[in-house]
Amino acid sequence: MSGLDFCGLALAHRVINASGTFDAIAARRAFGDQVVERFPFAAYVTKTVTLEPRQGNPPPRLWEIAGGLINSIGLPNKGLREFTRSDLPQLAELPAPLIVNVMGSTREHVGELVAAFAAREDVAALELNVSCPNVATGLEFGSDPAELAGLLDHVRPLTDKPLIVKLTPNAGDVAAVARAAEAAGANALSLINTIRGMALAPGSSEPWLGGGTGGVSGPAVRAVALAQVHSVCSAVGVPIIGIGGVQRGSDALDLLHAGTELVAVGTFSG
Amino acid sequence: MQPDRVLAPFGRRMAPITAREQFGPYVVLRCEDPGGPRPQAGQFYMLQAARRWGGGDGERPFLPRAFSVLRAPPHTDDLHFLVEDVGPGTRRLCELQPRDALLLLGPLGVGFRRPAVGRRAILVGGGVGIAPLAIWQDELATILHDQPSASPLALLGFRDHDHARGSAILSDPLFATDDGSSGHHGFVTELLADQLALEGAVEVYACGPPGMLETVRALCEAHDVPAQLALESGMACGFGACFGCVVATRHGYVRLCVDGPVLDAAELEQVA
Repeated sequence: MSGLDFCGLALAHRVINASGTFDAIAARRAFGDQVVERFPFAAYVTKTVTLEPRQGNPPPRLWEIAGGLINSIGLPNKGLREFTRSDLPQLAELPAPLIVNVMGSTREHVGELVAAFAAREDVAALELNVSCPNVATGLEFGSDPAELAGLLDHVRPLTDKPLIVKLTPNAGDVAAVARAAEAAGANALSLINTIRGMALAPGSSEPWLGGGTGGVSGPAVRAVALAQVHSVCSAVGVPIIGIGGVQRGSDALDLLHAGTELVAVGTFSG
Repeated sequence: MQPDRVLAPFGRRMAPITAREQFGPYVVLRCEDPGGPRPQAGQFYMLQAARRWGGGDGERPFLPRAFSVLRAPPHTDDLHFLVEDVGPGTRRLCELQPRDALLLLGPLGVGFRRPAVGRRAILVGGGVGIAPLAIWQDELATILHDQPSASPLALLGFRDHDHARGSAILSDPLFATDDGSSGHHGFVTELLADQLALEGAVEVYACGPPGMLETVRALCEAHDVPAQLALESGMACGFGACFGCVVATRHGYVRLCVDGPVLDAAELEQVA
């Protein structure tokens, strides 16, 4: 198989995992070293890392829908210090470049995370989860071109590593946000993240999910993903990672035909 | 490092259905899984029908469903699962007949640990939750073959007479029905309370609905008796990827699929 170059990362093929949908460390507990020996992804994207540990949302966290899933997980993670101490050395054993996904609620928080991983040789690239409100403005970083440009202006100078911006599909004009990210120095974009959704507890007016609303994923969002990917691919020149409901080869091919360099598998790999 | 569980092959595999038996509303599906290892009691599999998964009520099921293994007879490739039709996923599984097939992933999670020396096992099951206790009863009989006096006691609870037909799945159980139509009139936890009043050197193994497990937990705490609870939670992946199946413990949320499904009752403030 011929390899490819993605923002300077040497990849064996075009399929990676979407952040938060494959925990290589937990998978190794369940399946043993086969996970490393037969690692299915060309690069490994971590679950979102935040500065401080997060417990995540109260259960229930899942609701099955037609052709998919609503999740309200709430980004549980060990926080930067513990992730770096205990997880990073294990993830560095994987036979694929490591992309660390980070999120913060201020520019400075994101900057601290980016700077911390910029110093790590075992981290090949960073992915910014911008589906989070900036507590200073109340706006989601990824929902508005100016907001996102402000974040990138702050973090871009902090690392030479490739910066991938994971766009939110819940923005008014995704192509405009994509152009702003490219102009502010993003090396690549990934989309789509989950689409906001909700379920009510059966026979009640109360939300089912502990977090109230959640993110919809799976084949149910594939057509939305394809439309957004298509629009963003025509709007920017940086490489795109296409995500959304990929379950079989033909789904992945659709995203590649729409212009993406890579395809990430989420709900189906988890 | 020695793994604390039987490891699963990495990937889903096809397991042909070889037999289907009915016990009242419960269906026992037997399948052949030559590609997988023999599981430990209390471990589980993610199951889906190999064909026509999806397209039922509300275009579901979509996700595979988690099932504790009911039996895994030694020296065979057979796996048995216990299914009750309660929704679109279990409905599709209940339809399966010999010559159909399951797609399965497993064995997953950590199972039961044997009782401390000198403690007799009491198995407490409610409804479809009797499943992991059947294989554990089989295993304990093997482990304890030279100590017949330590033979485990099985206490089962069902909604009514029809569901109580499931009691035939375990050996020599005492059982209760909520409506008194068969066996003790009341909850299985009343049988447990009676037993704990008589006998202190025991270890309790339980699986069933949350209300039952909470009563078991509280009784065992009050009698200072160790208990291992096989819990249930909706799961999407079954191997720690999605963090969807967490339950609250004294140390925060744990993923039931990789840290359970069997947890020490002492880890839990309560079963929610």
